[in-house]
Formats: sequence, structure tokens, C-alpha cells
Amino acid sequence: MTSLPLLRVRNLSSEFVTTDGTVARALDDVSFDVHPGQTVGLVGESGCGKTTTLLSIMRLLPVSARITSGQVLFNGTDLLGLSEADMRRCRWKELAIVFQGAMNALNPVMTVGEQIREAILLHDLMDSSHATRRVDELLDMVGIAASRRDQYPHQYSGGMRQRAMIAMALACQPSLLFADEPTTALDVMVQAQILELLQKIQKLLGLAVVLVTHDLGVVAEVCDAVVVMYGGKVAENGPVDEVYNHPRHPYTQRLLEAFPDLNRPAGSLATIPGTPPRLNALPPGCRFAPRCHKAFDRCHIEAPVETGLGRGHTAACHLLEKTEAAK
Amino acid sequence: MNPRWTLLKRNLLDFWQTFRRNRMGLVGAFLVLTAVLAAVFAPLLSPYTPTETMRDAGGRALTFAPPSVHAPLGTDDAGRDVWTQLVYGARISLTVGFLAGFIAMFIGSLFGITAGYFGGWVDNLLMRITDVLLVIPDLPLILVLVATVRQLDLKVSPLVILVLVIGLLYWTSTARLIRSQVLSIKERQYVYRARAIGAGNWHIVRRHILPQIMPLIVANTVLILSTAILIESGLAFLGLGDPTQPSWGTMLNFAFDRNAVTNGAWWFYLPPGLAIIWATLGCVLLGNVLEEMLNPRLASHHLEGEQSIVTHPPAPFPAREGGVAKSDGG
Repeated sequence: MTSLPLLRVRNLSSEFVTTDGTVARALDDVSFDVHPGQTVGLVGESGCGKTTTLLSIMRLLPVSARITSGQVLFNGTDLLGLSEADMRRCRWKELAIVFQGAMNALNPVMTVGEQIREAILLHDLMDSSHATRRVDELLDMVGIAASRRDQYPHQYSGGMRQRAMIAMALACQPSLLFADEPTTALDVMVQAQILELLQKIQKLLGLAVVLVTHDLGVVAEVCDAVVVMYGGKVAENGPVDEVYNHPRHPYTQRLLEAFPDLNRPAGSLATIPGTPPRLNALPPGCRFAPRCHKAFDRCHIEAPVETGLGRGHTAACHLLEKTEAAK
Repeated sequence: MNPRWTLLKRNLLDFWQTFRRNRMGLVGAFLVLTAVLAAVFAPLLSPYTPTETMRDAGGRALTFAPPSVHAPLGTDDAGRDVWTQLVYGARISLTVGFLAGFIAMFIGSLFGITAGYFGGWVDNLLMRITDVLLVIPDLPLILVLVATVRQLDLKVSPLVILVLVIGLLYWTSTARLIRSQVLSIKERQYVYRARAIGAGNWHIVRRHILPQIMPLIVANTVLILSTAILIESGLAFLGLGDPTQPSWGTMLNFAFDRNAVTNGAWWFYLPPGLAIIWATLGCVLLGNVLEEMLNPRLASHHLEGEQSIVTHPPAPFPAREGGVAKSDGG
């Protein structure tokens, strides 16, 4: 942790207002750092706020949602304080995103090359003919022949589309790349290829990457740090080795137990009973308490605060507050 | 540029291949095309001018003369050739119809896209305006409007007034149609992606939304044309046209004013009526076929597979139920 963080997310909270007027607190006090060149994994069950975190940082939330508080410091400037026009200029040039499901993220009636060019030309980075050459370069970088530049997304395979999306993300040489489950809906072989490509490009360009995924194995393999989210809050946050070898939050412990391990004798996998909380009917106290095997009275009343555990490792659990206080 | 041209050519060729097989569309295209050609080449189609009175050897005007070699559709009460009036009338009818139709289409698209894309209070305001116009009965409103505007003595041709009034009133259904389509398109992920790459609203509408609704706009324009032609004819029949530049509707108005029916001069009132049917039917046929071909929801589409999965329940289930019902019946 010698370098200054590229991205500091501090106490970020967002909420959705549903049509019947109820408020769903999608993000609550989310904080984490991303350092230059680092890969941070964002893991958690569906609906725990991973994608909302990314969209909040990029200020791309749908109209029904709003950011209620917090700071997103990118190279020291608070993105939440920028005007819409400044933010628009910042998007893609500084922060790029690879969306979940590349099929839908590409316009079916525009050629792939045109869509990559669009990103370059929008930011006036170069003139039209240079942009076309840059598109060829980018496609080459992700392993797509330049001859397929003028083809439409339906002429691409699923893996190629995702690679085209990555090429598009690199178009304006951003310093931070968000990858929102870049490998969903791809088969295992292609998944591996895409991840390999991401890693290769990250090394080549010195990108910082925030990788949203369900796959704990991928996180272990690719990431430097991991942020475990539950019900819109950060449960545990720290370097991958720390968190995987010494998980301190009961949720992380359960999550890791639920992951199949080749070295463990065969047997039925552990599961976490119950479902994640509905965001418009959150339990009082700790959000994981209703499903937690270690929950005690206080967990159901009072929300735990993040406790520092040393070496950049933090977790939010009452058990840890007790042990840390006892030390 | 070169690959884009070949692509366009191929798309147009594909379009023509599909269109060619549709008999209704061909008939519609034929009807519209002949009407337009007649209007454009009117001076070539008749040796007379529409105001010229035909006279016999003695110099008397040939009033209500039945069809003959000299006047294929006979003459009217002033001895003017009906065929000549018909082809020249096509110019007025079609021009008014087309101009009004395009104005309506433009306003409708603008309202639809703005309301659908921006949503919120913009949507509410624009759609309430649309609702108000939708519930007011068209014809009385137009009659009052045209009559009032003519009273103002604005020194403009009555045809200009007709074009503006029809154009400014007939955009409501288009606006609703386009709004609904925009609502669906703006939630697609590639629109979010466009926003993420730093695109502004104008860019997104122009590059990502307009191309998707263009087919709908094209098909709808052709349909609106038929309405505009029909309304123009109706208003002109009621005497709100320009008597110095007779359209088909004005011809009908003259025919009824000057007792063509009681004089048995069917050649005076039937041709303009049939011409109106000719042009509007052509537009409707063409418009429907274009809509069918271009509207992604009506054409075969990749979503169709998913839809059928949803609508058909799993196979073994109803089969067993059917079997039970049959044995009950027996």
C-alpha cells in the first residue's frame, strides 16, 4: 500500500425509489480503495449491490435511483461533485466498463467497428481515419482480425463479442476498468480466455481493474484484493490471501465453505440457508444476522461497524469488535 | 465509404426481394406510383388546360357532355374537360396530402421521441397535450379552425391553411406509437453502454434510437399520407379548398353544387371519388405492407423463439391433462 489510491470510495450510499414509493437502500456506507494497476474483486450473491456500486461510481444509475451520500475520489477529485458535462467527459476516458452480457451491450444495427469508433470520436481523441486505424489496433489487441471490423454483432460469437467489448473499453486508454461479470453466459473455455485476455491487457497497459463476479475461484486467481458485499454493505475487505486464508466475517467463511475445493474429500457442499434480504425490508441490526450461524442478540439490534484487522484487512461483525476490544 | 455503399445496396436489394413477393404491397405501390406520375406529368396527359372550355363547331360550350373521343371523361357544367381536371387535381390533392402528412410525421416523431426518451414531467406534459388533441373530434375542430383562419384574411392560399391545419392536428397517433417504441429501446443495454462511453442525449437519440424507429416512422408516414389526402378531400368537398386550384375534393364540391347528379352526369362526380379511393387505398396497402416488413414486432425476429417458449406450456403437462379429460368424457 505504498502508492496513493487511484479510486477511493468513501461511505457511498444509494437508494432506489420504487413505484409505490417505498425506498430500497441498495448501497449502504460502501467504502473501498483501488490502487493503480491493482485488480479488486467485488463478490457477493445476486442483488447485494455489486453492479449498483459500479453504476453509482460512474453515475449511470437509472432515474429511479439516486446516490444519497458518500464520496467517490478519483485521483483526488470527487466524481459525485462534477457537473454532468464534466462527468460525461470523464467517462470512458478515465473509467471504462465492460458490461454484463455483451450481446445486449452492442447495438445490433451498428457494425462493431463503428461502435468502437463511436467511443473514440465522442471524446475527440483523433480524426476519423486515425480512429479507424486505432479500431484495427484495438481489435488486434484482443485477438480479432481487422477484417471483421465491419461486421455486425450477430456475426460474432459470444466470446468475440465480449472481446470486442473489452477492445471498446480500451479505446480511450482509461486508467480504471470496471468489468461487470465479464464472463457470464460464456462457456468455461471462453471464460478462461477472456480472463486471460483481461490479465494480459492489464499488465500491458498498467490498468486498475474492478472485477465483479460470483466466482470465488476467479477472484483467487486474478485479484489482488477482494471486497465481499452482502445486502448493500461491505462485509469484509482485504488482500485476497488474507481474506481467503483467514476469513473473519461469518458470511465470508460460509461463502468460502460453499465453494468446491479439489483438495477436499468429496462430500456435499455446504450451503448458506435462507436468501439475501429484500432491500426494501432490511433487518434491523446486522443484515446477515438472520442467516448467520454465529448470530447473537446484539446482531439483531445493532449494525456492526467496520473493524480494522491489520494489513488492510477489515470486516464488519460484532464478534470481531469483541475480540479486537479484548486484545 | 465503399463497404457502406455496397451494404446499403445489398440491403435495398434484399428489401426489394421481399417486397416483390408481397402482392398487396405491389398493388399499393402501383396505385401510389400511378397517382404521383399522373400528377407530375399532368400537362403531357391532356391537351387541354383545366380551365379551358370546350366548344362545338358553332362555338357553344359543351356543358355536361358525356365521355367521347375528345373528352374521355366528358365535360362539366362549364364545358371543361373532366380528365384534365382530374390529372391536374392530383397535383393539388397529393401535394396537400404529402406536405400535411410530412408535417404531422415530423411533429409526431419529435413529440414521441422527446416524451419517450426524457420521460418524467416532459413525457407527462407532451402526452397530456396529445390526449387533449386525441379526444377532440377532428372534423368539427378542423372546420372551425380553417373557417376562423380564413376569416383573418391572411393573404395566404387556402391550401396553405389546409396543409398547416391537417399537419398540426394529425400527429397524435404517431406520437403515441413512437413514444412506446422509444420507451422500449431506451432501456436496452446498448443505450446504457452509449451513456457509459460518454455520449450525450442528442448523440444517443441520433445514433442509437432514431435508426431503430426509422422503419416505424417510414411505414407510419405512408399511412398518415392516406389520412391527409382523405381529410383534404373532405374539407375541399365542404368548400374549404381553393376554388382556383381545384383538387379532387373541390371537383366533388363543384359536381354537387352544380347538380351533376340530377343531370345524370356521372362522369363528373365518379372519377374524382374513385381517384381519392385510388390514392388512399394505395397508401394504406403500401403502408401496411411496409409496417409488416419493417416493424420488428410484426416480422419474424429472434425474440419470436423466446416468446413461443413462454406461451407454450411444457409439452408433457397438457398432454396428460388432455388424456384425463378425454377419459372423463368417455
